[in-house]
Amino acid sequence: MVDSIRVEHATKSFTRRYQRTLKQITVAKARGHKTIEEFNAVDDVSFTVEQGESIGLMGLNGSGKSTLLKMINGVMRPDSGSILTRGRIAGLIATGAGFHPQLSGRDNLILNAAILGMTEKETKRKFDAIVDFAGIEQQLDSQVGHYSSGQSARLGFAIAIHVDSDIFLADEVLAVGDKPFRAKCITRMEEIRDSGRTLFYVSHSAGSVKRMCTRVLVLRDGQLVFDGKPWKGIKFLGYDDDVENPMDREESEGEIGADI
Amino acid sequence: MTDLAADPREGVKTDEAGLVPMVAPSDATGLKAVLQRRYLLRLLVRREISARYQGSILGLMWSYINPLSQFCIYFFVMGVIFNLHASIPNFAIHIFSAIVIVHFFTETMGAGTRSIVRNRQIVQKMAMPREMFPVATMLTSLYHVGPQVIILVVASACYGWLPDAYGMAAMVIGIAIIMILGTGLALLFSAANVFFRDVGSAVNIISNLIRFGVPMIYSYEMVAQRFGSFERYYLWNPIADAVLLFQRAFWVGTVGADEKNQPVMPDHLLLYGVAMIGVSLVVLAIGQLVFSRLENKIPERL
Ligand SMILES: Nc1ncnc2c1ncn2[C@@H]1O[C@H](COP(=O)(O)OP(=O)(O)O)[C@@H](O)[C@H]1O
Ligand SMILES: [Mg+2]
Repeated sequence: MVDSIRVEHATKSFTRRYQRTLKQITVAKARGHKTIEEFNAVDDVSFTVEQGESIGLMGLNGSGKSTLLKMINGVMRPDSGSILTRGRIAGLIATGAGFHPQLSGRDNLILNAAILGMTEKETKRKFDAIVDFAGIEQQLDSQVGHYSSGQSARLGFAIAIHVDSDIFLADEVLAVGDKPFRAKCITRMEEIRDSGRTLFYVSHSAGSVKRMCTRVLVLRDGQLVFDGKPWKGIKFLGYDDDVENPMDREESEGEIGADI
Repeated sequence: MTDLAADPREGVKTDEAGLVPMVAPSDATGLKAVLQRRYLLRLLVRREISARYQGSILGLMWSYINPLSQFCIYFFVMGVIFNLHASIPNFAIHIFSAIVIVHFFTETMGAGTRSIVRNRQIVQKMAMPREMFPVATMLTSLYHVGPQVIILVVASACYGWLPDAYGMAAMVIGIAIIMILGTGLALLFSAANVFFRDVGSAVNIISNLIRFGVPMIYSYEMVAQRFGSFERYYLWNPIADAVLLFQRAFWVGTVGADEKNQPVMPDHLLLYGVAMIGVSLVVLAIGQLVFSRLENKIPERL
């Protein structure tokens, strides 16, 4: 098999800052308070993903999922360890796309597509399909800063899904979309999975992870604490009651797990 | 596998098995990567041209109103009140050729310094060479230089100026110095500005000082006369050289031979110009180095 993503001892540390201005820092130092604190948001994580696998990345809020995804798509670089990927990467990180709030949806679409590596021709060819998928014809020429969070997530997802990527990252993408849009997204992600591309899917919904993924990774405080079969991972997290939970059943039967 | 072989990014190579190699996804950075992605650069420049004065009624006109207002202030205050008209021939052209260069530089440095912070939503989420933003800012400022040079050419022609080969070479070198130096400093300050927003304010002060470090409201002749041996160090300021090169290209040619005050230019001006391109390249290299060092922490500190 062909490796698609290889993560070796990747560590990323962040600094928590309690004071901002020189005055505050001086006061805190004088009182003997801490002014900064380092911690590992991703802590010595290693795993290998083969081409065509679909990975569900799970964990509580703040466990480092988005940070790990940012390193995989190249926004951040690990402080130590290494991350290697093969082919083009597209997707959404931490719900929103990288849009410029003062630009129109149209300009953002073109710019975003270019950043993801689309050529001018490719963008022209796919433009209508993207707008159609996002369902934002009305707002296309108004600035993205005025979009609802759902609308901008839709546009971001629509662009990312139209890139001929080899790796697709989806970080809580479905959290803000409405139900018909979630259904559309799930269908497209299943197409991606079935076309043999690598899928990296962050979700808190046991139902949709079970449905989408062939393998689950669980992060806890930045460390990889589980790597294995989806149902085991869900059980490991204690999310398995969800599936039997009557509240969730309605969603599952609607074929889409709640993705919050 | 999708159409990996047809990957448009810098003609990705495949190995024997027809696979693209594994790479570190965060590695495609640096000025070289910027030049490889010209379509994206073109989009950013075009966007910034239309966005720099977005939401203002006069829009693009501000790019001309700004230098024009400076021109008027200096022309009247220095020319009329301090009576420099008498000692500097064609004082208007003298000032204006300096303003074009100074304005190009301060715009590149000022807008370049803010460029990363201004595009933080993109920088935080998308992987791309972040040098793209300061470089796009420089090119946007360069775009505005064009019409200003045309105004300068027309005004100079009215004074009887004719282009000469030496002068045109001087103009090109002058622009090149500011392009390289401006990009270098924009790289340096745009990264620093992410960590301390104070940098933006400090850069404003530098911009104000620069106007007095170049022969704009005084002539090079005065430097040569009054500063004595300091004159040599004066020419080690690349921006002063760029201004002199521009004045050599335009102002010098406007002064008739029968004028009693003849323009004074330093000896070996072109040589100084070429040397300053070298200095600017060193600044650019330092800017790139610092940028690369800081870049890793940029997305998390925005
Ligand atoms: N830019 C940043 N600076 C400092 N701390 C950060 C930054 N981004 C994220 N963190 C912290 O890193 C941890 C992991 O965040 P994240 O990867 O977004 O978690 P998740 O996506 O799993 O909810 C959290 O504790 C968060 O507060
Ligand atoms: Mg997250």
